[in-house]
Amino acid sequence: MASSQPTAATQSAPAPRSRVGERRKFLSAPAIVFLIAVTQVPFAMTIWYSFTNWNLLRPASTGFLGWDRMWRNFSRILSNPDFWTILWNTLFLTGSVVVLSFVFGMMFALLLNRPFPGRAIARTMLISPFLVMPVAAAIVWKFLLLDPSNGLSAWVFRSVLGIQSVYLVEVAPMLSIIGIVSWQWIPFVMLILLAGLQSLPEEIVEAAQLDGAGPLRMFVNITLPHLRRFIEIALLLEVIFVLSIFGQIFVVTSGGPGIRTTNLPYQIFLEAFSSFNIGRASAYGIFAIILANIAMILFLQVVRRHRLEGTS
Amino acid sequence: MTRRIRSLPFIVTLALALGFALAQTTVTIATVNNPDMQIMEELSSVFEAQNPDVALEWLILDEATLRSRLTTDIATGSGSFDIVTVGAYETPLWGQNEWIESIDGLAEQYPDAAEGYDFDDLLPAIADGLRVDGELFAVPFYGESSFTMYNEAMLEGAGLTMPEQPTWQEVRDIACEVHDPANGVNGIVMRGKPGWGDNMGPITTVVNTFGGQWFDAEGVPQIDTPEWNEALTFYRDLVQECGPPGVTGISFPEGLSLMSQGQAAIWVDATVAAGFLANSPVGDAMGHALAPVGPVAKGNQWLWSWNLAIPTTSDAIEEAFRFMMWATSKEYIELVAQEESWAQVPPGTRTSTYQREEYQEAAPFAGLVLQAIQNADPTDATAEPQVAPGIQFVQIPEFQGIGAQVGQIVAEALSGDITVERALERSQRVAAEAMQDAGYY
Repeated sequence: MASSQPTAATQSAPAPRSRVGERRKFLSAPAIVFLIAVTQVPFAMTIWYSFTNWNLLRPASTGFLGWDRMWRNFSRILSNPDFWTILWNTLFLTGSVVVLSFVFGMMFALLLNRPFPGRAIARTMLISPFLVMPVAAAIVWKFLLLDPSNGLSAWVFRSVLGIQSVYLVEVAPMLSIIGIVSWQWIPFVMLILLAGLQSLPEEIVEAAQLDGAGPLRMFVNITLPHLRRFIEIALLLEVIFVLSIFGQIFVVTSGGPGIRTTNLPYQIFLEAFSSFNIGRASAYGIFAIILANIAMILFLQVVRRHRLEGTS
Repeated sequence: MTRRIRSLPFIVTLALALGFALAQTTVTIATVNNPDMQIMEELSSVFEAQNPDVALEWLILDEATLRSRLTTDIATGSGSFDIVTVGAYETPLWGQNEWIESIDGLAEQYPDAAEGYDFDDLLPAIADGLRVDGELFAVPFYGESSFTMYNEAMLEGAGLTMPEQPTWQEVRDIACEVHDPANGVNGIVMRGKPGWGDNMGPITTVVNTFGGQWFDAEGVPQIDTPEWNEALTFYRDLVQECGPPGVTGISFPEGLSLMSQGQAAIWVDATVAAGFLANSPVGDAMGHALAPVGPVAKGNQWLWSWNLAIPTTSDAIEEAFRFMMWATSKEYIELVAQEESWAQVPPGTRTSTYQREEYQEAAPFAGLVLQAIQNADPTDATAEPQVAPGIQFVQIPEFQGIGAQVGQIVAEALSGDITVERALERSQRVAAEAMQDAGYY
């Protein structure tokens, strides 16, 4: 983009235009500096802290670990068996939420794409979980819905199913978290897919119907290929955000019982603000960045391969 | 013209109000959401009335949030607070780091505020824990130890009595004798919820009195030892065989709830609980004894205090010091007794409180609490010397991280997921790594 523009400009009016171009570059410099300051400086400091042994209660411990021991925070984490459990928790949570919200988001989007009375109200109500703050949603789920003696689940267990009430957060902590996070993310996927469905040209639908395509055929051969771009963007954004889920875990389970619902962000929080071990917390942060990048690259590759298959 | 005259009084009032507001200094106080601190906030209007030049602002948080908020705030020198509430564990560490003002220094600098405070009246066991090299860095607002609380009616029903100084073996025999889960009675309730301030508090006192300790004098962890094994095995068997189910979910509030509903016979926990239990349905049935001992008569009762300190970054040190002196004075204790009741005065700080007949009447267990606090010696809590003082904790910066992880592993052992040997082996490794990384050895 930046290289092609000046050449195009030289053809019509050489001297003044190029100066304008340079001036434009100069004008964008403050924005770039600002961007570097707010994104790259904290990142660079995280890298630096991960090579220190800084304990907040020990102000003198902010120095570099030394060349021979500089990787100690990382090697300690890798040799800690809990780390692999936490990593698995993070991946399992993200994967489950992405799959669930995709399936249900697609279902709701398809339903809402059909005209029916009260559609606008239904759409607004279906979107609202996404607009609730994560911590507020978690509190509602923990105390109003899942509480074993006063919650809605207690009523369902006792009056509807006729069995003794159980505390789902205790019996199935991870599934409870997955349920709460999915509940919030289904509307997001639904919203984007609905926008995609509504941009599907009417003529193509009619043409396919004239050719005698049934509903399933329509969905697989017309709707899904059309939605591919929308699915990509929805799931990509979702992976980024769900990898760093914190509020729901903090409120509902505090990472427990044991470390069964501890994910990487929660572990970073514990290291930094409960153990005050800034060095170790920063090293965990680096692992979280690596994980997010791996997940993103894998994800993009899968999507790209699909697109190639789709065109061939 | 007339309009201008009419608005004159208004302008004068506004100017006066502004001048008054400018003359006022704001003191921001961060504290824990314990009942005693909530009373302090309520009664602080009395202080504001006596000191019109000071306006108080409060931030009240739960223990864990307060600890992380204050530590990050003070370590990064952002200085948002003029008075902070600091635990017995942190006070000397913060004093060493010069994060908080020396109280002795302030008392010399502002003799008016410290007049009639009577520093010698502070319980020595509590005040000594707030000193670094003999210099006081915080004043105690509230202090506690641990002791045995039991339901006398249940014990009598089984024909049993609790000695005033029981051994752990005796406590276990009694607990298992009255344990009757079919009728909703648990023999004993003890903490099992992971956390250095949760399960590791009572477990460390058991380890101490069984002859074990976290570290030796150099800081080498001593967890993988026969003493820890014996103590933890005893504790696990006790809570598994004669306690309620789900031990890893039980901490102070759960224990209090089980005891006050008559669902547990014995509870060894913080002395402050006795006051709560006295006002519960089982209040009349409660008996009290000292914390149980094992083979080593040391470190079997803990010592904890919540204290007020002034960060060195404060810009209202004189005003903050005035409030701090007021809130921990004898007069304040009188004020709480007057406005609330004698049972609600902050315990464990002043000898004079325990000499009051009114207090002894309102809190019949007060004598035992005082004895427990006086018996507890953080500088001599383990059979062999330890790297730093502390009874249910060890006063080194690394302890919070180690304690949290070991608490987690120990909880797995208490629930029976892993063996005691495996738990101690893992805990030893965690602690050794952290202590080596910190450069102790």
